[in-house]
Amino acid sequence: MQPFSSHTGIAVPLIRDDINTDQIAPTQAMRDLKPDYQKMLFMRARRRDDGSEDPNFVLNKPQFRNPGILVTGQNFGAGSSREAAVWCMLANNIRVIVAKSFADIYRENCLQNGLLPIALPPDEADAFVSRVIETNGAAPFSVDLVTQRISGPGGADIQFELPAADRMRLLEGLDDIGLTLKHADEIVAWEKRVAAQQPWLQAAVDHRR
Amino acid sequence: MPQTLFDKIWQTHLVARRADGRELIYIDRHVLHDLHAPHGYEQLEKQNRPVRRADLTFAALDHTVATKPGRVDSTFASGEAFIRATRAGSRRNSVRFFDIDDPEQGISHVIAPELGMVLPGATHAVPDSHASTVGGLGALAFGVGTTEMTHIMATQTIALRRPKTMRIRLDGALGPHVSAKDVALRIIGTIGSAGARGHVVEYSGVAARAMPIEQRMTLCNLNIEMGGRSGFVAPDEATFQWIAGRPYAPQGADWDRALELWRTFQTDDSASFDTEHVIDCSGLEPQITWGTDPGQVLGISGRVPDPAADPARRDILESALAYMGLQPGVALAGLPVQRVFIGSCTNSRLPDLQVAADIVRGRRVAPGVTAMVVPGSSSVKRAAEAEGLDRVFREAGFFWGESGCSMCAGGNGDRGEPGERCVSTTNRNFENRQGPKVRTHLASPATAAATAIAGYIADVRQIAGRA
Repeated sequence: MQPFSSHTGIAVPLIRDDINTDQIAPTQAMRDLKPDYQKMLFMRARRRDDGSEDPNFVLNKPQFRNPGILVTGQNFGAGSSREAAVWCMLANNIRVIVAKSFADIYRENCLQNGLLPIALPPDEADAFVSRVIETNGAAPFSVDLVTQRISGPGGADIQFELPAADRMRLLEGLDDIGLTLKHADEIVAWEKRVAAQQPWLQAAVDHRR
Repeated sequence: MPQTLFDKIWQTHLVARRADGRELIYIDRHVLHDLHAPHGYEQLEKQNRPVRRADLTFAALDHTVATKPGRVDSTFASGEAFIRATRAGSRRNSVRFFDIDDPEQGISHVIAPELGMVLPGATHAVPDSHASTVGGLGALAFGVGTTEMTHIMATQTIALRRPKTMRIRLDGALGPHVSAKDVALRIIGTIGSAGARGHVVEYSGVAARAMPIEQRMTLCNLNIEMGGRSGFVAPDEATFQWIAGRPYAPQGADWDRALELWRTFQTDDSASFDTEHVIDCSGLEPQITWGTDPGQVLGISGRVPDPAADPARRDILESALAYMGLQPGVALAGLPVQRVFIGSCTNSRLPDLQVAADIVRGRRVAPGVTAMVVPGSSSVKRAAEAEGLDRVFREAGFFWGESGCSMCAGGNGDRGEPGERCVSTTNRNFENRQGPKVRTHLASPATAAATAIAGYIADVRQIAGRA
């Protein structure tokens, strides 16, 4: 995984609650084993009925064409577990999402891919949204994971929280499987113990065969 | 110290605490599917890592497979690459794949329980958000992304921070033609589409106890629609009877030992939960969604809300009404529909089809309505055909398909036409999910069947039994 220490980019306000992964990465864009993740991002919202670009959709506005940070509402990433909804952010160089809250699976998928999910308390989130709207893409914001600060135009730095474990994983870009396999002996010991105590858990056998 | 059932399952499956503070929870059964398995196999092979426990890993074919009778890999052209990659990867890694011609092919969340792979108090993972369907049997199941799936393939564990616990007690008796789907929609409507975020939910109370196992699965299936990390109903004698004799269930002396243990899988009387809710199910009407989020739901006699009455969410409500082509104050019952879909991991098991067939029998789908039934597994399909349900549906004018996810996720090309109003037994009424501009109303199989016959959104209690 690509480590994350800091990221600077244009902050895009997509201020809505409950944006789901069907909206972020529409099924219709996943018809290929190697789809175009860059085009996938909000593919449906980007276009009008006749197939032309919708100039009113925020990511289509000239000042937001090279986004770096997505700013949104509550429960971002609800719905399907599809990880494409994270990969299409990265393909567009969005490496930070600032929200009031994230859906659980989406947040996990972010952490697995070096995409930093920042949840701000409601008041701070509202204040930050105002700054982002005011800035309107004229200048970038910076997010530093070492100091856990967001800085940029229109106000003081914002301190954000992230569980220490998640922060370490992002900073070091740890290989998650490698981290777990340090416990290979304990996994084997668990399997041996359970095979003795509850053999049916350790053997999935079709008894007709 | 008194423990919840979740605490007990977590504790017995805890393998180790990782350096980053996450806890490694052993996964007893891992079921992959065609939409994500190809990536997992590819990633593991790139890393030169084997599937650690291929014998505890299975692969289903559900998301991208066509439902048309006589189907082959290429019937839905875009599905072919996914199907072939899943087949080849499963073969290379010795993972049992329930292939297109397998008599037990079907939706992962349907086939794992029906084959007896899912056991009370066991852990389960699927790279799909509806994994907790199998919580209906008292299993703790996690829906995961692709990278987490690959982690489980390589280590047979999932690395989690311990979730919070929630109990939802369901009181009262359900009225005629009211089922778990209506209860689940009411719960989401009450606590909201993020109301269970960060929580594992235990459903308890007399109404949950009274539900047959298939309905408990429907209840747990919709857990993710309120953001829950997992959800289950503690097992009881009905659970054990349901599992007994299924192909992968323990047998003989193992069965007796298992049963003795499973009977202890209950939440202790004085155990406490982080959050508790109580929902009274007596007097509950059939429920149906009006908006574009499963929490936007009403009783069948309800009227669409007025966004002006809810200033805080006015924008969202207005945009939902616009998408759904509805005006504030309009009654849902009576709205003409053009499509009805009965199927998906939510409502495609045999009793779901029996309920729908009982309403449809001897009647015709209303003119102008395209109606489909897609069984959740090839086994369900065979069992339904043995009872003649396929004839009931076909003679009424329904399409009777081969098993798969079909119109729920639209991953296999099954979808509605733009502007159509669709009553669907699935789990998400998100914009464009069932096809561009399709207006989805989620409801039970009974309501969907009654609607197909009526041609408009119908109160099943008025349609059923009427000659």
